[in-house]
Amino acid sequence: MSRRVRSGLFLVAAVVFGSLFIWGLLGLPAFGDYQGPYGIVLEDVAVEERAGVNIVVSTTFDYRGFDTLGEEYILFAAALGAVVLLRQQRGEQKDEEEEQDHPADRQRRDTSDALRLLGLGLVGPLVVLGIYVIVHGALTPGGGFQGGIVLASAFVLVHVAGRYLILKRVRPMPLVEITEAGGAAGFVLTGLGGLIAGSTFLFNFLPLGEPGTLLSAGMIPLLNISVGLEVAGAVVLLFSEFLEQWLLRGRGGGA
Amino acid sequence: MMVLQGVLLVLVAVGGTTVVLVRDPLRQSIVAGVFGLLLGVLFFAFQAPDVALSQIVVGSLVLPAMIVLTLAKLAQLRGLDE
Repeated sequence: MSRRVRSGLFLVAAVVFGSLFIWGLLGLPAFGDYQGPYGIVLEDVAVEERAGVNIVVSTTFDYRGFDTLGEEYILFAAALGAVVLLRQQRGEQKDEEEEQDHPADRQRRDTSDALRLLGLGLVGPLVVLGIYVIVHGALTPGGGFQGGIVLASAFVLVHVAGRYLILKRVRPMPLVEITEAGGAAGFVLTGLGGLIAGSTFLFNFLPLGEPGTLLSAGMIPLLNISVGLEVAGAVVLLFSEFLEQWLLRGRGGGA
Repeated sequence: MMVLQGVLLVLVAVGGTTVVLVRDPLRQSIVAGVFGLLLGVLFFAFQAPDVALSQIVVGSLVLPAMIVLTLAKLAQLRGLDE
């Protein structure tokens, strides 16, 4: 395709897309004008019905818990797929030089002291923040997804701080895999609890408690912890697999 | 609030364009991280603090980290070919 045909095609496409886009924009409701009755109803009844003061989380983990289950498994499947691909490329070969002369560990010498200090100093607060966000899902903005990713970022920071061997120690791979799988299973098991209690899947079968307290909103904290574990596990797993891939200096790796 | 939202929308538009215009992938990953942070602030200003939280972590830490790791691997493979 010549340059002229290409720019001609682009111009036509841009004009068509641009006019459709502007047409669509003109049809939007005014800024801040919310017209969904569903949200207004939930705003009125959610705290009373589910005892969770964070209505967003009450919605995603209870009223629409099934959607969130799907969302969780999207991440689970994505992480699994990436891991399968990367591990297959890597084959059964093991890095013989393991534990002694890693490029990642040599890099430690290039990492500035300031970065290492800042990174390591942030790891503790991040772990606490992650756990806090997960368990306070029903109370404050956030929840399992957000808390889980904050938790995972603490592990990424351990690496940024330049200590691959420490990262390996604080992150035994089987444990990461079990955390991810356990989190994914926990959601379904909690959902099955509803069936056992004699109602539907993901029915909120636990005592609801006092709105605004840590142990409120029935099964919502349990679901949040499951999702938190799953997300943290998945992100750490993905990051570790990418890291391992880099450490394999050109062995396999599709070269 | 409206002014803040407007300013942030413009900043995000500028940020997104900058990410595209920066051609060197390594720099791009860093600029994308800053852009992710901007998006997080935007979500916060639009009263979605939970979305902002995940956006900040994913956009400015996890995503750049993965890109940098991938670039490191690519550089390694290129080094082997030569």
